This record gives sequence, structure tokens and C-alpha cells, in this order.
Amino acid sequence: MALDRWIALVLLGICLIYGYTAFFTMDENLAPFMRRNPIWPSTFPKVLAVLGAACAFVILIGLEGPQKPPKEGDIDYRRLGDYKIGQAGALLGLMVAYALLLRPAGFILSTTGFLILGSVILGERKWVTMIGVSAVAAGFVWYLVQEVLGIFMRPWPAFVGV
Amino acid sequence: MLEGILIGLQTAFSIQNLLMVIGGCLIGTFIGMLPGLGPMSIIAIMIPVAISIGDPSAALILLAGVYYGAIFGGSTSSILLNAPGVAGTVATSFDGYPMARQGKAGKALTIAAIASFAGGTIGAILLMIFAPALSSVALLFHSAEYFALMVVGLSAIAAFAGTGQVAKALMMTILGLIMATVGEGALFNMPRFTMGLMDLQSGFGFITLAMAMFALPEALFLVMNPLRSKQGDGGDSSEIKDLRITKEEAKSMAPVVGRQSIQGFFIGVLPGAGATIASFLGYAVERNIAPKEEQEQFGKGSVKGLAAPETANNAACTGSFVPLLTLGIPGSGTTAILLGALIALNVAPGPRLMLDTPEIFWAVIISMFIGNLILLILNLPLIPYIAKILAIPRNYLIPFILFFTLMGAYIGQNNATELLLLVGFGICATILRFADYPLAPLLIGFILGGMLEDNFSRAMQLYDGISFIWERPMTLGLLAIAVLLILLPSYRARRARARAAGVADGD
Repeated sequence: MALDRWIALVLLGICLIYGYTAFFTMDENLAPFMRRNPIWPSTFPKVLAVLGAACAFVILIGLEGPQKPPKEGDIDYRRLGDYKIGQAGALLGLMVAYALLLRPAGFILSTTGFLILGSVILGERKWVTMIGVSAVAAGFVWYLVQEVLGIFMRPWPAFVGV
Repeated sequence: MLEGILIGLQTAFSIQNLLMVIGGCLIGTFIGMLPGLGPMSIIAIMIPVAISIGDPSAALILLAGVYYGAIFGGSTSSILLNAPGVAGTVATSFDGYPMARQGKAGKALTIAAIASFAGGTIGAILLMIFAPALSSVALLFHSAEYFALMVVGLSAIAAFAGTGQVAKALMMTILGLIMATVGEGALFNMPRFTMGLMDLQSGFGFITLAMAMFALPEALFLVMNPLRSKQGDGGDSSEIKDLRITKEEAKSMAPVVGRQSIQGFFIGVLPGAGATIASFLGYAVERNIAPKEEQEQFGKGSVKGLAAPETANNAACTGSFVPLLTLGIPGSGTTAILLGALIALNVAPGPRLMLDTPEIFWAVIISMFIGNLILLILNLPLIPYIAKILAIPRNYLIPFILFFTLMGAYIGQNNATELLLLVGFGICATILRFADYPLAPLLIGFILGGMLEDNFSRAMQLYDGISFIWERPMTLGLLAIAVLLILLPSYRARRARARAAGVADGD
């Protein structure tokens, strides 16, 4: 079975769970006066669940024809080993680490680290340029967001006390 | 009217107000380039500055300049990085980004600048002529018609994005609508589908989803396939410098600009519709009416495909001033903020604005012409430098793109959980792209989902059920168009497949 039909199967599952919630569990705590309304919080989700399940089913049984081959320059998932999948995975890991460290480590340190390590993962080894560019960019964006636009972002780790 | 225009000219051409327009356009353009900061946030940030000026005309002129600038700035990040920071510029990335990848970033930005200028200017002319009359027509649109109009928009998007596989595009639209139901809606005051997680109480962030659907998968594709980034880094720099539009391109653009200026403006007039629907509908309409061979170019770097949404969203921005200035009803979130600013300046927009304070009404309209002209003058010389972003080596560019996607999601919600959601959605979006599921309908469904449900619910409440569908002829007509939009391409695709199978059998 091609990937698009596997995905349709997953989406069908999502629609069924979503539909089950909308049809059977969502309205349990609905206030009595709201039950007299022609529209309930579950009305629209019920329509979506039915339409979504129908669409997923159409794709799953192959009514739409076979999946088209990848366009030129696109990634062919059947040959993932031919691509730099490790680098992509490492960058995603780095993004997760950035999300977890942004508050505890402060904006400037975590951003500088993210930009340097991102370049390193992609094969860059000009350390002076990397550190310089990353530090300047992190400082500039912090200044723009915090000082000019007034959106709070802790620049340094919490223990520094800034 | 002539007297009003003269008063407007006098006010708008004062040195102070000219500086306001220039300043507003510049600030809007540069901050609008940052994904995550749309016109609404930038105007909100600028309100204290505008109020401190004291003169309502100058303040409104400044804010209007910021508005246009931000819309154009948003197009820049859509075209260069495939990172639309504003819902109204999502459709710009459909053809703008492929053009940039073909080494035509400069040309794409020029087309965007000219189309924006034309859309904004024609919109301003239409505003001058039709403002008073349109305000009463806009009121004829009720919740039922809004609901039907959005269904038409979503169907048109699914029909064009599916390229023969309409069910996939429709599935993505429905998934977007499903995602929009997560969180606490304004209508019911109860959390839905949050799975007990506090972070989902306010639903998913639009910017998070936009970055996850477009920028992140693209960045991952560039990482996985370095050849792709070589194709896409703008080729040699001589191509970046090539800003000129050929005669043929100008010829093919002109009717699109004309049509979309008008269509975008009228959609912008409808309260609640705005630049987003205008740009998507503009794109869908132009694709559907294009000759077959040009239709295939849409999504691959079509001049028409870029000019249509850019013209429509700027014309719609101008159109959205009609209900604000004539009725005092803000048609979009951005104009709602503008309304707040006006009230803070002791100006009450509404039917009497044109009579009581004509200098404000007409100065704003005249400043739209000046603003659009200044945007064009400012941006054209800057384009080669802006386009140079793509000439940055990929080892630096990719981490920066990833950083800006993270920042966009973080600034919007100020919540680190959004960053984890961004990564999760980004991985899902990449897998969906592997399987040839179009991602634009998902985002569009998500953007319109809230409005669609609100209008559907309101119509249901007003008519005590679904009878509004057949009791309001305009609603019925629009819904019939939506059904046709879905059925026709599906039927055509089936027939094409059957014919291809027949040919193969014949062999």
C-alpha cells in the first residue's frame, strides 16, 4: 500500500476518534438551557467528522487513482537512504533542544548556540565567522524584539538575575 | 466629492503627513518581513506612537502606511523563504517561492511590488467612488452568506490544490477545519478537544501552523537534498539583478491585476472577509480561468499566480476601510485595532464622518495613493538587496530560516510549547508532502475555520436550523457553486484517468 493510503488510514482513525468525541462524549456536561439551542458545540465537529471520514475512505480505497511520482527536486520517500536524513534529524533535535532551553538558558545564549550548532550540523567549520554572525544576529533580534517592540524575552539565564 | 478631494489633498500633502506615510510604510515593510509579526501586531505596537501625535489625520495616515507596508513586508518573507507570516500572504508563496527558487527572486519581488501598487491604487479609486453606496450593500450579507462564501472559497482552494486528486485536498481542508475547532471558541465559552491540556486552551497558533506547513518542510527538504538548495539559491547573481518584467509578462499580468483589483476590493468591503479570502479566491479564480497550458504553470512560478493574490490582498486592505470609515464597523482584526485608535483620538467613524470631519475621511483616502506610490518607490531599489538573502551560503541560511520559524511561533504566543508543536507539526507536514498531500488547503481551512463555524452557528440560531440554506437564495446559489467546484474537477480527473487507461489498453 502506498504512503498516501497509509496516511489516509491514520486520518480515518483521527476522524473516527474526533467523531466519537463529538457524537458521544462532548455534550455530556452541556447545560440544560443550551440543549434547547439549534446549535451545540458538537454540531460543527459532527459535520466535519463525517465529511473527513468520507474523504479519508475515498483515498483509502484508491478511488483517486495511484499516488503521483515525486516532482523534480522533491524527495522520494522510497529512497530516503539516499538523502541527508541524519542532518535533518539532528536539526529537528536541535530545534527541540532550543524550545526546551529558551527560557532556562535565556534568549541570547540559546539562540547563539542554536545558530552555531545548526551551521556545524550542516558541515560549516569557520568557527570565528560562525560565532561572530550568530552572536551579532542573536543580539540584534533580542534588541529589536525586547527593546524596540517591547515583547519581553529574558536575555540571560535566570540565575544571572536579569 | 471634488471639494472633499481638495481638502484631502491639502491635508495629505502637508510635510508632516507625508513624513507619516513614508515612516509608516518603512516601519511596516521592515517589521512585516519578520514572520510572526503581522499588520495587526505592528499596528497595535504603533498605536501609542500614533496617539501621541494628537492629530487624528496624521495618526490614521501613519497607521494606514504601516498597514500597507506590513502587507508588502509579509509578501517578501513568503517569496524568499516560503515563510508567510501573515494569512493574507500565504497564497503569494504558492508561485512566489517557486520563482525565487528558479533564480527569479528579484523579478518575483518586482511583480509583487507592482501588483501591490496597482491593487492598492485601483482599490483607492474604487473606495472614492463607491464608499458611500457600498456600505449599504455590505450590510445585505448576513451570516448565512458569509458561511456560504467561505465554503466557496474553501472548495475553490481544494479544487485547484488537488491537481486531479481533489479528495486529498478536501481531506486537508477538513483537517484544517478540525484543527481550528481545538480550544475555547468565542461562541460556546467551553474548551473543545483540548485533551485536558492547558496549553491547548487557546487553540493552535496560526503562525505556528503556517511555519510548520511551509517553512519547516521546505528547510528540511533543502537539508536532505543539497542539490535542491543549489537549484534554489538564486542561481548566479546576475539573475537576482534581473528585476525587469518582460513585455509578455506585463501583458499577461495586466488583466489579472485589473480583475483582482476589483474582485479583491469588493471582497475586502465585506466585513469579516478581508485580505485572506480575497487572496485565496483571487488565486483560485485566475487559475480556473487561465488557459490549460498556463493552468499547469500555477504553483510552479506563474506570473499570474503571483500577481493575483498580491493584487487582491492589497485591494482588499483598501476595501476593508469602507465599512470602517462609512459605518464604523471594522471588517477585519486590523481595522478593529484602527477603530480603537480612532476612538482614542476622539474620532467616531460612521456615516457622519464624511460630513463632520471630511478632512480625515479624504486625507486617509488620498494618503492611500501616496502610500502605495511611496511603497513602490521605496521597494523597487531595495529589491536587489532584499533578494540577496538567497545568496547567503546554505550552511548559514538554513539555521537562520529555522530560527525565524521558531521566533515567529514564539513571538506570536510567547509560549515555548508552541515551539514543540511547531516541530511536531513540521514533521507531520513533511510526511504529508512525501505522500503528495497539498498543505495549503490545511492552513486555509484552519484560518477560515473559526469564522466559518461562527457564521454557520449564527445562521443556524437565526433560522432555528439549516433552513437558511434554501430560504436565502444567495446562500443556496453560493453553496451550489461550491458543490460544482468540487464535483467538476473530480469528474474531469476520473475521465482523464479512464481515457489514459483506455489508451494504455489500446497499446
